[in-house]
Amino acid sequence: MSDVEASGDGPLLAVRSLTKLFGSFTACNAIDLDIRPGEIHALLGENGAGKSTLVKMLFGVLAPTSGEILWKGEPVRIASPAAARRIGIGMVFQHFSLFEALTVAENIALSLPPGISLSKVAEEASRLSRLYGLPLDPNAHVADLSVGERQRIEIVRALLQNPELIILDEPTSVLTPQEADRLFETLAKLKAEGRSVLYISHRLEEVQRICDRATVLRHGKVTGACDPRKETPASLARMMVGSDVAAVSAAGTGARGDVLLEARHLTVPARSPFAVALKDVCLKVRAGEVLAIAGVAGNGQSELFDALSGEYPVSDPAMVSIRGRPAGNLGISARRLIGAGFVPEERHGHAAVPALPLSDNLVLARNQSDRKTFLGGGALGIIRQAVVRLASKRIAETMDVRKSGDNPAAGSLSGGNLQKFIVGRELDRQPSVLVVNQPTWGVDAGAASRIRQALVDLARSGSAVLVISQDLDEIFEVATEIAVISEGRLSDTYPAQSLTREKIGLLMGGMHGETDESAEVAHAHRA
Amino acid sequence: MRIELEKRPRPSTLLSVLSPFLALALTVVAGGIMFALIGKNPVAALYSFFVEPLTDVWSLHEIAVKAAPLILIGAGLSVCYRSNNWNIGAEGQFIMGAIAGAIVPVVFHDWHSPLVLPLMLVFGMIGGALYAAIPAFLKAHMNTNEILTSLMLVYIAQLFLDWLVRGPWRSPDAYNFPVTRDFTPEAILPEMIASGRTNYGFAFAILAAVGLWFMMRYTLKGFEISVLGQSERAGRFAGFSSRRMIWFSMLLSGALAGLAGISEVSGVIGKLQPIISPGYGFTAIIVAFLGRLNPLGIIAAGLFLALTYVGGEAVQLTLNVSDKVTRVFQGLLLFFVLSCDTLIQYRVRLVLSGLGRSGQGEAH
Repeated sequence: MSDVEASGDGPLLAVRSLTKLFGSFTACNAIDLDIRPGEIHALLGENGAGKSTLVKMLFGVLAPTSGEILWKGEPVRIASPAAARRIGIGMVFQHFSLFEALTVAENIALSLPPGISLSKVAEEASRLSRLYGLPLDPNAHVADLSVGERQRIEIVRALLQNPELIILDEPTSVLTPQEADRLFETLAKLKAEGRSVLYISHRLEEVQRICDRATVLRHGKVTGACDPRKETPASLARMMVGSDVAAVSAAGTGARGDVLLEARHLTVPARSPFAVALKDVCLKVRAGEVLAIAGVAGNGQSELFDALSGEYPVSDPAMVSIRGRPAGNLGISARRLIGAGFVPEERHGHAAVPALPLSDNLVLARNQSDRKTFLGGGALGIIRQAVVRLASKRIAETMDVRKSGDNPAAGSLSGGNLQKFIVGRELDRQPSVLVVNQPTWGVDAGAASRIRQALVDLARSGSAVLVISQDLDEIFEVATEIAVISEGRLSDTYPAQSLTREKIGLLMGGMHGETDESAEVAHAHRA
Repeated sequence: MRIELEKRPRPSTLLSVLSPFLALALTVVAGGIMFALIGKNPVAALYSFFVEPLTDVWSLHEIAVKAAPLILIGAGLSVCYRSNNWNIGAEGQFIMGAIAGAIVPVVFHDWHSPLVLPLMLVFGMIGGALYAAIPAFLKAHMNTNEILTSLMLVYIAQLFLDWLVRGPWRSPDAYNFPVTRDFTPEAILPEMIASGRTNYGFAFAILAAVGLWFMMRYTLKGFEISVLGQSERAGRFAGFSSRRMIWFSMLLSGALAGLAGISEVSGVIGKLQPIISPGYGFTAIIVAFLGRLNPLGIIAAGLFLALTYVGGEAVQLTLNVSDKVTRVFQGLLLFFVLSCDTLIQYRVRLVLSGLGRSGQGEAH
């Protein structure tokens, strides 16, 4: 590589056979990538394809094992995020690193070199936020802001460094469709100024809409580079997955039966200052139905799951009923005994203990519901390891869980495979009620379609299924009915066919959200 | 510049197994250096500290006598620590167990019956459990830190015992010495073997350790303990209650510490006096970690730590060094066990500060 091709038409950032090994595992295998000045470049891939590893190397979080990174034609060694920022790379992470108790300006100041006055930071931040259409009040406390607003802080924080390349990691996964639209406008402005954007996503429609070029990764290798506008979602998915993803055959055809899960005016105060209170939530799920609850993260989804599962029971038994029985005050084991099954959002440390083998993680969820089969020795409660292992083997086979060894630790499985096991663990009991929170969060496309199909099939066989999800694609694939949760309140339930994305988006924002938004713009202008 | 601990992606399994032995070897080396520095021949000193006690039937019995409370307490603590409840106050529960058990022979000294001893043992366990119930209640319902409360309660127990033996329970025929009446023969925990002083406390210790090992290894209760210790949230999902686990683990370890306490006063001392423990409750924490929180490992670790007590007495006699040398060895051992474990899990990295340089020139 000659070093004279800087500026002009040469790529802003080029990556040549970049490789990262973790022990014997190759996370990134000889990756080549070119990002031109002023383009929005998509990095596509399933979970575990190596996207995050690649980006971490570009941002100086990880050191590559071999290969080189060229910045404007010059080989560079990016030793730390600070070094990356210095040469002109900014990054917005998927998980924000903000202090909730501090103000916007204080959070921004923390990422800057010491010695700049807070009022100067606030001034500069509000100038940038106006310029790029990112309304933000520098004096607001982060704890009071929505996820979309928090993301804007991260973006403004990155922009303050005046970067030539901005990396965005799954930026829309936490946004409403309207918020996402606004983000896309900002990205268009950045592009118009000649800045480049590396856009990481697995949402194909977005990528087609805003990206000029795309690089697709699978198993740590580049499997395709294309113009996403010339591809179809199916062809992009094929590049990501390596085979066609089975389409989930729609639900809604089965007969409806009795109400199996019901919440009546479910009201739960917030457990902590940063939690959401549930306000008068009413819902009914009949046999044969899949009720999907849409909503932006942090609007009471996990609190609703906790109340429905009985991990945190409520005092009034009538607030939750399962198969017609009042269950509000029952714990999770008792609710399982009535015939309910539960799949929480977080796999590691909630649905499963990562260090324990799969068989133990089966006992985790079914130690009371399958007491007679799994336990022996009377009051001693001796775990029948052989029986449990056999059952977990059966579940792994039914759900096509790919794993190394016979009974590996849950933490050694990929996200998708562990999730298949966790869902399969409940389906294996044929529960009459299943409550699932984010069934395919961070799961690869193949596993996601397998899981969604299983949920639809369970409803068809006469169970009531409640799915809490932030993924509208998923919701439209599985739901027969849809409701939207916003700030702890649940909307009415609508038949899935009668709703459009736009309507759901409006319900997600809620009237309350709209007024907030305009007040905030006014703030930003005054500042 | 700062020092960072970086988690190793794949800690060596072999080293994790060898860790306690590595710690032992390092303790012996460090101990040798210490003896050399105070002008004693390190080889001779280490020989009389670690080897000589093993060559004599009398001192083997002494080791068993001292290992019994260490194993009993350590096994109970392992259940606590595995479930993420940090009971540091076993010393206090040991003392309260001894006091509660001694109610029978001290207050009802005229009552002669074969029931005396069993009753004392049961009272001892109840006493220890009730004393552990205080930090358990405070943690479960007031959200206090059990490390602090259980530790502070140790000093209360020690002073309470001191007051008892100087005040209301002082023996009328001990010429004002701060001791209670000698226990009557039916209040004495008998010796197990004719050849020496080993009493049935040692049998209790082995039984308790094996029983707890079985529970941890095979039963749902053991599963519950390790799940709640690793992730409270996953435990809640499994239908286990971390609040009930606080009670269970604290009461269990308190009861075993109490049993150790009453066995010690009934089998070894034969009465109550101001000091009844050379720090068994604290040393048992080392035992629990040296034994990898595994009750069978704790049997081995308990025997080894008992050796440091007996060896400490031996070098005190033969080489004229302070009895504090025992505490030094125990401290070294805990230090090395914990550092070996840490260094096997983590790698130390020196970070030459990049912060100062990074910021310059970025402001605009």
